[in-house]
Amino acid sequence: METLERYEPLVEDFDAFREACGRSLPSVVRVNTIKATVERAKAALDDEGVGRTDREWSDAVLELDTDSPGSTWASFHGWIHGQEEVSAIPAEVLAPEPGERVWDACAAPGSKTTQIAALMDDEGLVVANDNNLGRLSALRFNTERLGVTNAVVTNRDARNFSLEPFDTDEQSSSSSATQSQNFEAFDRTLVDVPCSCEGTVRKNPTALDDWNLDHVKSVAGVQKGILRRAVQATKEGGTVVYSTCTFAPEENEAVLDHVLAEEDCRLVEFEIPLDSAPGITEWQDETYDESVRKAKRFYPHHNDTGGFFCAKLEVGE
Amino acid sequence: MSDDQPTNDPPTNDGQQFDRLPETADEREVEGRATRQEVVKWWDERFGIPPETFEGYSFWEKGKGKIWILYGEIASPIRVEALGMKFLRTRQEHWKPTTNAVQRFGRRASKNVVELTREQAQRFVRGETQELDWDGDWGYLVATHDLAGEQEPLGVGLFVHGELQSPVPKGRQREL
Repeated sequence: METLERYEPLVEDFDAFREACGRSLPSVVRVNTIKATVERAKAALDDEGVGRTDREWSDAVLELDTDSPGSTWASFHGWIHGQEEVSAIPAEVLAPEPGERVWDACAAPGSKTTQIAALMDDEGLVVANDNNLGRLSALRFNTERLGVTNAVVTNRDARNFSLEPFDTDEQSSSSSATQSQNFEAFDRTLVDVPCSCEGTVRKNPTALDDWNLDHVKSVAGVQKGILRRAVQATKEGGTVVYSTCTFAPEENEAVLDHVLAEEDCRLVEFEIPLDSAPGITEWQDETYDESVRKAKRFYPHHNDTGGFFCAKLEVGE
Repeated sequence: MSDDQPTNDPPTNDGQQFDRLPETADEREVEGRATRQEVVKWWDERFGIPPETFEGYSFWEKGKGKIWILYGEIASPIRVEALGMKFLRTRQEHWKPTTNAVQRFGRRASKNVVELTREQAQRFVRGETQELDWDGDWGYLVATHDLAGEQEPLGVGLFVHGELQSPVPKGRQREL
């Protein structure tokens, strides 16, 4: 927990922050609208006697009064999926539309991939990539359990991800009846990068045990590479959402600052009806581009959640 | 001779890539590969699921006999880890749908559907075989139960010799 002391200069009401980080998380699920309406999922939970509290900012996010939401009929049918409340933010900010081509660059274990697919009514294409082969089975398990048919799973390093499999003109015309989905750039991309996970300390109290600044700096290098590639692979005017579950400015605003300087993109404002603090422009001896204020920092004491960081970018000038 | 050299041998199934199913038998190049028409017809004949249910989807084979369903279309062949959802096992006498496919598309089934009681459903999702009073066809059935006021498919069951077997995969089994 003392790792978090470095954020005292950033966080208003630091005592409340520290106290919230020491509490366990509420049990939160997302209704999977590919397989059930929110109303039917709620009715199934009511029938099973599982109490619930709605969340004002999203119809599909529910707090349940059980520690094991997986042990319900609603879960067996894939109508609900255990997903921490802040983890449901970035797909909402990405706001994909049915029929679009969307890249989820670091997709495993698939909570956000399946949420993206649901927001698209399972129409269009989600390219769910993860470079970690060991985590692909969880990704595949979750997409199938939740009934997703519009996702392609790939196993590449996102930093040099190639669109080649999706960018080839097929010579055979045997499938003239169906429209080709091949394309040269994504409409939207989610970059929910691997990070130092400081914000998950409420779920996993040992999350900070192996924390060290060298790791933060090394993972920030990877994050910059992935976000740069995401901007390159997204069409002009398209949306890229960058998110982490950490408080470290090195992995948040510093990554945005780097990519703003190197790639053709800009930060844009977004609304999400949850309490948050703006991105910061100064940290230790560093200063960042003023526009990183448009990003949002979600601290655990704000909404009784884990910690999270989210930024929305538009590709092009 | 290198592996890249074209040969005169007929094309075969390649377990490393996804190939789109041919539309009809006339277009079939790989021996033994199911056609789109056969797949759609199978769901209609076995479960009464109307063929138009699958308009807008494409079907793919990766691994011998394993058919996947993808929303929309993409260039074939494609080398990726997964394409949509595992849907159906072919290249065997009795084709077998997956639990996930039946949960996703089985609501439209109108035949070979067995409605289970809550207790029977609990045994089914534990992966247990149970005796079943069923006068209909042997073979794969859509197993449903009442949830939130309507019948909802649990998955696919196999009915033989007066018993309903549950092929619910280990990772999906639950104690409910």
